[in-house]
Amino acid sequence: MIPTLPRPAWLRAATVLYVAAFLTFLFLPLAVVAVFAFNDAPYPAPPWHGFTLDWFLGNDAAGRVGLFRDDELLGSIWTSCVVAAWVTGLSVALGTANAFLMERARFPGKGALSMLMLIPLVIPGVILGISILAFASRLAELCGDLFGIEADFLRPGLPLVVLGQFSYIAAIATLTISARLKRFDRTLEDAALNLGASAPAVLWTITLPYLRPALIGSAAIAFLMSFENFNTTLMLVGGDSPLTIMMYGRMREGATPVLNAVSLFLMLASAAIALTLVRGGRRAES
Amino acid sequence: MPETAVTALWYRRLVLALLLAPALLWLFALIILPHLDLALLSFRERVAPRQYVVSLAQYRTFFGEPLYWHVFVRTALLSALATALTLLVAFPIAWIIAKLARGRMSALLFVVCLIPFWVSETVRTLGWMILLRESGVLPALLVHLGITRQPVELLYHDATILVGLVYTSLLFMVVPLVGSLESLDNALIEAAYDLGGKGWSILREIVIPHAAPGITAGCIVVFMLTLGNYLTPTLLGGKNSQWFTEQIYTQFITRFNWEQGAAFGFLLLALSTAMVWLGLKISGQRFSDVMRRA
Repeated sequence: MIPTLPRPAWLRAATVLYVAAFLTFLFLPLAVVAVFAFNDAPYPAPPWHGFTLDWFLGNDAAGRVGLFRDDELLGSIWTSCVVAAWVTGLSVALGTANAFLMERARFPGKGALSMLMLIPLVIPGVILGISILAFASRLAELCGDLFGIEADFLRPGLPLVVLGQFSYIAAIATLTISARLKRFDRTLEDAALNLGASAPAVLWTITLPYLRPALIGSAAIAFLMSFENFNTTLMLVGGDSPLTIMMYGRMREGATPVLNAVSLFLMLASAAIALTLVRGGRRAES
Repeated sequence: MPETAVTALWYRRLVLALLLAPALLWLFALIILPHLDLALLSFRERVAPRQYVVSLAQYRTFFGEPLYWHVFVRTALLSALATALTLLVAFPIAWIIAKLARGRMSALLFVVCLIPFWVSETVRTLGWMILLRESGVLPALLVHLGITRQPVELLYHDATILVGLVYTSLLFMVVPLVGSLESLDNALIEAAYDLGGKGWSILREIVIPHAAPGITAGCIVVFMLTLGNYLTPTLLGGKNSQWFTEQIYTQFITRFNWEQGAAFGFLLLALSTAMVWLGLKISGQRFSDVMRRA
């Protein structure tokens, strides 16, 4: 129960035990991934054979390809970064436009539109993927039949992956940025306008700086969600695999600890992003 | 003066159009039209090369072939079970964060709970595979402790899939639960206690009714994500996973039978939407509120 009410000793003990068990459950999978990145054995499994950096640096004598020499894996990281950069840019831009549309503009059908903007969040990712895949190839066929143009970007590949991820990440960016714009004190804009500032100048010097934390936050979230997306990407991917798809393929084959090495990097990168976000959020509040 | 008013009106309309265009383009080109197209696709049948007729053949196949609807029902039931388990696991920790831990401790515990979910689901699943497979950490530990004589295969069971699903879903349950429990006034609990309420009756009559919006929001999101999950069931369940998203993938990518895959996709979407709708009806909440909460 709550601290102000008497709690029997067994309940206190059970609480502590529960928290300990819960945290173990949360962190055990991550801990083993990190630990076995350094195990001197060809498979990420016990027993412990000693510490090695082979899975990062590679070891020609033992025939081990380390993460830094694994061109396929490094290539897929780059692919993921490129896709994530596109998705982030598009999502934040659209999210900002949508925020102004929903918080400032008045037009008929606004309620329906705001409902519609939430729909992408309740469609399973796999279905977003197949619907965009099917629609894009129908358009591609149409292009071929009508104009005799080969519209390759409508075939499975990175452009479609970007569009597929963007289709729902944009909804998240819209929610985040709208929430902040809603709390904005509009008298600040009126004051600037009264003092003779032009509308674009007000936007640039007053409103956008106010939105900055939400823009940075939604950009970080968009990047991370794109980088980690699997379901939608799986359906739309062509020849170049982003990292999650590449890892999935290797995990089915029974992978070497190189995957642990790359996972460790992902953990550190996510932690860095999370930390900047938490810090940024705190600064915005103060 | 009227002239400037007219210009201002036109200016406002122009801004509105410029803001409206990208939103409509996004929703129509990437959400509405593709799903209408998918619906059309699911209602047609190929009778000859490039010759199609409107028919219910794809849906008939689904109901006629036990394998397909068995997998569908199985996916739905396991998702419901995973949602219930997630709620059971998440509720105590949410309670501890919202009510028992104080100040910094509470904030710290909350952040610590969120950390694993910043890491990709692929990485987390890799961790579970290393822990649970026959040559993995837990079977070795069981042998070491003398509980089993041979390493046992802990992967590829339904229970394994459930563990994986609960693990990936926890965040989406903990966050809305903490939100709704924090807003519960402690004085209400104290009052109930002073009036002779026991732990169980306080939970049932005070806490759960108050936390209902958070519980619904969490359950809806978790059920939806579990139903649409692909990675966790296929990797932790292996060939035994029989998850419905896998059937969609097989029809679409492996067999290239898009009509059938589209029908399967629509059935999954229908189930997912029905459960969201049902959850909202039962708790009497509005869709937009739930989504903002989650």
